[in-house]
Amino acid sequence: MSTPNHTQGWPAAPLAPFGHFKDVRQSFGRGSGSPLVAIDNITFDVTQGSLVTLLGPSGCGKTTFLKIVGGLIPATSGTVQINGRNVTAPHEDFGVVFQQANLMPWRTMIDNVLFPMEILKLRDATAVSRARELLASVGLEGFENAYPSQLSGGMQQRVALCRALIHRPKLLLMDEPFGALDELTRMEMQDLLLDIRAKTNATVMFVTHSISEAVYISDIVAVFSKRPAVIADFIKVELPYPRSAEMRYLPEFTELEHRAGRALGITR
Amino acid sequence: MIKRIENTVYPLVGIAVIMIAWQAYTYYFGLNRIVLPSPTDIFWASIANWETLLRESWPTFLESILGFGLAVLVGIPFAVCVANSRVLNLTLYPILIATQSVPKVAVAPIILVWFGLGMQSKLVIAFLVAFFPIVVDTAAGMRATPSGLLELARALRASPLQVFTKVQFPAALPFIFAGSKVAVTLAVIGAVIGEFIGSTQGLGNTLLTANSQLDSPLAWAALVWLSALGIFLFGLVVLAERIVMPWSGAGHH
Ligand SMILES: Nc1ncnc2c1ncn2[C@@H]1O[C@H](COP(=O)(O)OP(=O)(O)OP(=O)(O)O)[C@@H](O)[C@H]1O
Ligand SMILES: [Mg+2]
Repeated sequence: MSTPNHTQGWPAAPLAPFGHFKDVRQSFGRGSGSPLVAIDNITFDVTQGSLVTLLGPSGCGKTTFLKIVGGLIPATSGTVQINGRNVTAPHEDFGVVFQQANLMPWRTMIDNVLFPMEILKLRDATAVSRARELLASVGLEGFENAYPSQLSGGMQQRVALCRALIHRPKLLLMDEPFGALDELTRMEMQDLLLDIRAKTNATVMFVTHSISEAVYISDIVAVFSKRPAVIADFIKVELPYPRSAEMRYLPEFTELEHRAGRALGITR
Repeated sequence: MIKRIENTVYPLVGIAVIMIAWQAYTYYFGLNRIVLPSPTDIFWASIANWETLLRESWPTFLESILGFGLAVLVGIPFAVCVANSRVLNLTLYPILIATQSVPKVAVAPIILVWFGLGMQSKLVIAFLVAFFPIVVDTAAGMRATPSGLLELARALRASPLQVFTKVQFPAALPFIFAGSKVAVTLAVIGAVIGEFIGSTQGLGNTLLTANSQLDSPLAWAALVWLSALGIFLFGLVVLAERIVMPWSGAGHH
């Protein structure tokens, strides 16, 4: 199922256990009345270096689950382990990309990318040149000193991606990062993400609404059911890397899309 | 480019129309210049008395800018504390609102009793009127930090000090400058109120004296200089904003 390749491909040791989620449950108090159960019993494992998408209907708890994995909110109950450690708080091995680019308007592109390094007190000449390389790798050479207000949404999202990668996280958490982009930019960003993933060997957990996006980029699609969410289906995508736009029209691809659609309850 | 020309031309045309109408009105109806001097009267009074006007502008300028500066120096840290501490917020905000509802003009005579007829009393009044908008806007800015940026900082385990210096404060700068623009014009008003109530110098004093001597052209000239002073101080704040926030003008519109 793997095609070794220099730009995109399976990581060297695909079977090392990396993320372990067991019976993860999250309910929110609602002042009066019964608490709202956002996610109910999510159990799955993620292998080192794989790209897992969380696909599910709006409001089912994907963001909530991603925040739990990132240590931003504690789960009501259940086990959340990354790299063998229980997650209780954010960790510098994690990089996060939100649905909004969340750039700081007062910082230039390069300073936005370097923000994590400043917080971690690691900003030095090497970090600056790494930030330049990252920006160049996403096609933003020459925009280092531009301000966010001078860039398009797609460019801003690419900067946000660089910012998430600057401190070489082992786990990249992405919450609908391309949701606000037009279809064409979105496809470019998907290929860019796959390239970066192949280069950095990071494990990626990626939230999306889009079935075709999920199938196109993933090793695994974890389909969430409606709230209270459980895993409705756990789909292995055995399409070879590097992925290319033509694959979107393959029968296997369509079959996987159907399967995801069935899991979501849109098709039968 | 055309927009830029329009931006300067239209206001100038507006002013010119008013001036011509004013001039024509005073001329055709033969108004006494004590009641309403014509623009040319005011212009000549301004030229003839330029030394006095310039000299008297200086104390008013100092009172306003020092009062404003003090309001910035005290107001911003005050607002930061109030916005970040629930206890301080609950303790101090009601007092602040209560003091704000006291008319400053009514307090001015008391301030003069405390601080004398010199510059300090005007500076204090300017400070008092400038303080409130700075505190309110800064505090609003502190609370309006985009939640996405706070979450980002939290994901990186930023310390509270890092969150403040690298996220909260820069995000509040547009608010702080908005408050400062209001505050600086209020500071001029505060200084003039002080000069009206009791002073030996300043443009407010010149205006009052000229008025009592029925020298309306000079009184109006002092008024024009006062507005020029206000515009100048406002311009200084705008300049500071451009320097401190170079990104704000960088957008493509
Ligand atoms: N802090 C909170 N307090 C109370 N309820 C919350 C909170 N955060 C999320 N919820 C609820 O939990 C449910 C899941 O929210 P979540 O944001 O995780 O959904 P999502 O799958 O990411 O949706 P979308 O695809 O629209 O982004 C929603 O019903 C939401 O109202
Ligand atoms: Mg969401």
